[in-house]
Parts: sequence; structure tokens; C-alpha cells
Amino acid sequence: MSFVEYSEIIQEGDVVIIFLGHESMMPIKVQSGAQTQTRYGVIRHSSDLIGQRFGSKVTCSKGGWVYVLHPTPELWTVNLPHRTQILYTTDIANITLMLELKPGSVVCESGTGSGSLSHSILRTIAPTGHLHTVEFHAQRAEKAMQEFKEHKVSHLVTVRNHDVCKDGFGTTAIADAVFLDIPSPWEAITHAKSAMKRKGGRLCSFSPCIEQVQRTCEALLDHGFEEICTLEVLLRVHDVRTVSLPLPDFGPEEGSVDSSQMASDVGQEEVPNTGNTSVICRTAKPPREMAGHTGYLTFATKPLN
Amino acid sequence: MAECGNDSDAESRISYGDYVVLKRGDVFKSVQVENKKKVVFEKQWFFLDHAVGQLYGTRFEIEAGGSLKLKAAKHSGDSLDSKEAGQDNRHIVDDGRSQKLTRDDIETLKEQGLKGQEIVQQLIDNSTTFKDKTEFAQEKYIKKKKKKYESDVTILKPSTRLLAMMYHGREPGKICHLRYDTMAQILTLGNIHAGSKIIVFETCAGLVLGSVMERMGGFGSVIQMYPGGGPTRAGMESFGFPSHFHETLHEFPLCKVNTLLAGTLDLSEKDADSESNGSRNGQSESSQETSGVSEEKSSEPQSMEVSVDPQEEMRRAERERLRGQKAQEKKVKMEEKRKKLASAAALLEGRNADGLVIASRFHPCPVLMGLLKFIAPSRPFVVYCQYREPLIECYTKLREQGGAISLRLTDSWLRHYQVLPNRTHPVLLMSGGGGYLLSGTTVAADSAKARNQHKSEEPVAKRLKLDEISSA
Repeated sequence: MSFVEYSEIIQEGDVVIIFLGHESMMPIKVQSGAQTQTRYGVIRHSSDLIGQRFGSKVTCSKGGWVYVLHPTPELWTVNLPHRTQILYTTDIANITLMLELKPGSVVCESGTGSGSLSHSILRTIAPTGHLHTVEFHAQRAEKAMQEFKEHKVSHLVTVRNHDVCKDGFGTTAIADAVFLDIPSPWEAITHAKSAMKRKGGRLCSFSPCIEQVQRTCEALLDHGFEEICTLEVLLRVHDVRTVSLPLPDFGPEEGSVDSSQMASDVGQEEVPNTGNTSVICRTAKPPREMAGHTGYLTFATKPLN
Repeated sequence: MAECGNDSDAESRISYGDYVVLKRGDVFKSVQVENKKKVVFEKQWFFLDHAVGQLYGTRFEIEAGGSLKLKAAKHSGDSLDSKEAGQDNRHIVDDGRSQKLTRDDIETLKEQGLKGQEIVQQLIDNSTTFKDKTEFAQEKYIKKKKKKYESDVTILKPSTRLLAMMYHGREPGKICHLRYDTMAQILTLGNIHAGSKIIVFETCAGLVLGSVMERMGGFGSVIQMYPGGGPTRAGMESFGFPSHFHETLHEFPLCKVNTLLAGTLDLSEKDADSESNGSRNGQSESSQETSGVSEEKSSEPQSMEVSVDPQEEMRRAERERLRGQKAQEKKVKMEEKRKKLASAAALLEGRNADGLVIASRFHPCPVLMGLLKFIAPSRPFVVYCQYREPLIECYTKLREQGGAISLRLTDSWLRHYQVLPNRTHPVLLMSGGGGYLLSGTTVAADSAKARNQHKSEEPVAKRLKLDEISSA
């Protein structure tokens, strides 16, 4: 197992995702002899996990069952331990596309935070790319390094612990893309520019507040960046539901219009055996609330020198 | 490879045969660089020959006559002596007469060889109301005129970003109106990465296929399932992938999926032609022979007799030779096709593909149900559809059948912003929609009984209550 390569069989030391049910998952580290408690009972790593195929069903001690999944950056994003507010898959997907990331890309990122975006970048740039990630918080930098090691991706990433606004990314003229998710991105634009290859590259800055965006765009313009573009993207989920809608009773009518006629008027089949006649609709409704804002994404191109 | 220091290596320079993307402002066009070939872009025509040898990302000016010239270093165009400006527009009357230059005047200026920047300056000088506009309005005016009269073009290396935006802007119908942010979701939700084995079924001109291949970087394999005659690859070609990428690409006809699943796919020579024109082709081949012979017969009825004309003999021998050559070429092609079919079948047979991407005008439900069988457990799949209802059907079918979890029907809301000092706001026009996605993860196939346990992802109506807790 690794976050950048699929495997078929679960092995000791793997990080796997246990799927317990709707919107309920947890990551666990597979260790010989270890046990994991779940609401459906105990999972014994040696007998239930090691040697099993990813995707199989595991029956727990209480009789209930779970699925064991191969980790992916997307699953990691919704299951990782938060040390900071993280980026979610919707934004990550757009960042990946707009920064033109692909195998072999060299990327500079700051701040590392909880590593949500980092894992996604690593997956996309493997096996020939590299990620230089800068985190000014010592413990977070340490934790990130630990996780990259556990997830078997440390050969693709270099973590540096310093302030990107003061000391840059620690490398120059090598990046195809730079990503900034820091409080004052305008202070890092000079460093971003020097980290990027002379032939040009792409930049992205993520900021929750419009004032930050304004200052960043100004800085980008001053530094000669082009194609400056700010957008936001939100995911709308459609919950598929089967609903039953009762039909009204207009009383008996001349010409014997019965409920089956009414049902067919509505274009649906009548549901038999219900007290008041109803029709079934298979539809999708929006959830009660949705994420209304994560942050503004500002993209720009550093032109050819 | 990761720390490639030499930025000016061959890969960064434009060459003949390269597929490039032309850009001006927000408009993109994909073309191939060909010798002395006229290219039309944004109502201008020009040749790309002078671009060859230059670095990608270079900006050129289109000169009269259609040749490209390197654009001189940018003199900040916005500092066009705007000393005078008004406070608001209360006295500005828009009677359409404030610009003193006529269309013909402008044409004349163009013919005189005036650059875009100079024409804009002329327009400003000949506008009676320019000095009364507010500074913001002046800036907006200049930007608008620049966009209209400047004639540069930047030549870029193709990428998913550029091509997805191009197709969505120019020919959305060709790609089932797949918007680029939805494309972004497909590639990420599908966990498309180097080294995997991905099955793609698309009718998006090859754009989705190309995007998948870009994310795979030439590692792993992609199997393109295709309906009908043959796979569409035009969009994929526009990416300009190096040749070794093409070795990772396979194709398999949808019409043979059932036989493959049944294990009865015949890969022997006689079944080589995947379009099931095999028999027909064979017939036509033989009929070609017979017609050739009869042609000979009809045109030279005397040839039934022993021919003594050596020239005639030579011509007949030549015809025989050509026929034989054609037959041989056909045989080679059929063998190639057979080999390709066999290699694609071998990749599919194991039923252990790492992912599935569907984006087509076909009803997604049967496509999905059919192709999921080839995917290993614990792998993501993504289905795109321009419309919502077909995906609702897929969702329902999958819930019934089992074998998939974390099903999500989503679409993405996208909004651009204008960010300028004191003028920051969302852009006026917004995309109405970019299509819908159904995504999920495969799991080991399930028995129906087990499925009805407490794992329902759909909260149920009050009347039916599923058992929540297992026996404890």
C-alpha cells in the first residue's frame, strides 16, 4: 500500500480506511497482534486484515461488518486528524487542474497545515515529481514528516520548517507550480516567483477573505504575473430519495375519474394499498445546509523570462 | 528528471509537428505547427513558421502579411497619459457620436501598419468624452479597446486546463457540456495517477481520454472502450503526448464486452476485425478478387484465348502483383488489429482495473453496470452526465445491486471574480451549470441479504424502519 500506488493485499504497516457506514469511516494502522474497537465489535488485525484483499468485508466480533478500503488522498482528506483547517476535495481538484499538475511536476507549497492538499499533490506528481512544502509551526512540520513516512511517500517530498515570507521555499528556479495558503500571501509573492522555473509556471493562492485576495492580486500584478484569475467553487450534493406524494381527493366526479386516472395525469404510477392514493417519485433533493464558502482561489501565470 | 535544470531544453521549444495552443486573452485554439500553413485565430490569419525554435510561452505580434514577430518587452500599456478624468457620468450623453474616427479611418490606420497600442491612443485622442470619464471608466475603456485592436498571440504547450477551457468555450456540444471544474473533479475523484489501469468510456472528442492520460504521465495503462466503428481521439491528439504515451493506450469495442465477460471472445485470426465487418471485409476482399478477375474478363473477352501480346501479359502480371500487395497489407493490418484486441482483452480479463471514468452522451446506467464488472474492489469510479435523472437511475440501480459504497451525486458551482481596487465583485455572467457527477467506491461483491443490513446510506421514510443495531 502507498498513497501513490495501489496494491491488492493488506500488509503489516499499511494504513487502511475502515468504512463503517454512511459518512462514517476511520483510518487505522495495521499491526500484527493489534485490535481496533468499532461500534460493530473488535477487528483483529492479524486475522481480519493482514492477507485480506482491499475492498473486502470484515465481520467484527459483535457480528456487524465493515469494509476495508485502500487509502486514497480523497479518503485521507475526510479522515485525517485535523491540526488546522484543511482544504477539501472540491478545491483540491480545481487547484490540481489549474496548476497543471501531473507526473513529474515540481511543486512548492506553504503552509503544509494538516497535509490534506499535500497528499493529493504527491499522488498527482508521483513517481517523478517532487513537493517542497514549508510549514512555520514546528510540531506540524514534524507530524507531516511522520505521516509522509508512514504513507510511503517521503521520497517525493521535502518538508522545511521556516517562514516562507521571510526565507522563501528553500529552493530556486525549480518549481512548475507554487501554492500558497497562508495569512499574508502577498508577502510571499517575491519568493514564489524566484522558486519558479525561468520558463514560467503557475501559481495559486487560497484565501478565505476578499481583502487578502485584493492585496494578493495587486502584488501579483506588480511582480509581472499574468492571467490573474480569482474564482470560487462549491460542491452541491444531491441526496437521492424516493418520495411518496399523496394525491388530493376532489370528491366523486361525473365521468368516473378515479385515482388511477389522476395518478397517470401526474405521469406516475399509482401506489396500491395505501390509504390515500399516492405516487412515488424518485428524485434528488438538496441537503438542508451546504458549504457556502471555503475560500477564494486566485490563479496566475508567471510568464517566460 | 524532477530537477531538470535546463529550462531551454528541446522540450521547451516550439517545433514543426507540435500541437500547440494559441491564446489571446481568454480565447484559446488548438492547432498543429505545420510548414507554411495558414492558421486562422480571432479573425486574423498568420503563419507559425517564425515561432519554430522559440520557447513555449512566447508572445508574438501578428504583422501585416501574417508573419509572427517576437513581441518587444512589455511597456506597461496602462500608463496612457490619463491626466484628466471626471468624477461621475452625470453629464456624459451617450449619443454614439463621441468617437470622431470612423470605421474606415481605423482601417486606414491598420493598413498604415499602426500597432494596436497606437490605434488605442488614436481612439482616445479622438474621443470627445474620454477626459470626462472617471478614472475607472477610462481604464475600462482602454482595456476594451486593447482587447479589440491588439494583435498578439501567445503560443502555449497544451494542457488539460487549456484544452478543457477551450472546448468548453468554443464547442461545448462536442464534450457533452462538461465544464472544466467538473473535469477537475472527475480526475481527482477518480484518483487518476501514474501506474494505474484505467478504463475510459467517453464521447467528448477524446478530451477526457487525453486528460486521463496526462495525469498518468505515460505510466500504467488506459483502456478506451468505444461504441461503433472506432475510438475518437482528436481531442487526445491535441495534447501532443510523446510517442511512448501512446503505447499505454488500448482500445476495446463495446460490442465485444459480453463475449469477453462470458469468456468466449474469439481472438483467432478469423475474428480479427473488431467491427464485425470481418466477414464482410473478407467477402469484399474476395469479391474484389473476383471483380478484378471479371473486370479483366469483361474488358478483355479475348483474353480467354491464349494471349500472345507481351504488353498485355505485363499489365496483367502487374495487376496481379498489386492485388497480392493489397491483400498482404490488409492481412498485416488485420493481424495488428487482432493483436491490439488481444492485448486490450488481456488487460480487461483480470477484472482488476483501478478505476472507471464514464462521460458520454449514452445513457450512463447500462454503461456503468456493464463496465463496473471490470473494476477491482476498493477502487473509485466516476460517471459524468449532462443531466441529473440518468444518474439518479444509476444511483438507484447500484443501491439495489450492491458492490458500491460512498455513492455521491454532485454538481459544482463555479463563480469568477473581478478583483480591482475598489471594484471587486463577482463577474456579471456566470455559468449556469457544468454537468453532474456520480462517484463511488467499489467493494467486494455482496449477497443481497447482507446488503439489507444497517448499511443503508439513504435515510428511510418513517413507515419503514431498518434494523439499526446488529445482534449484540
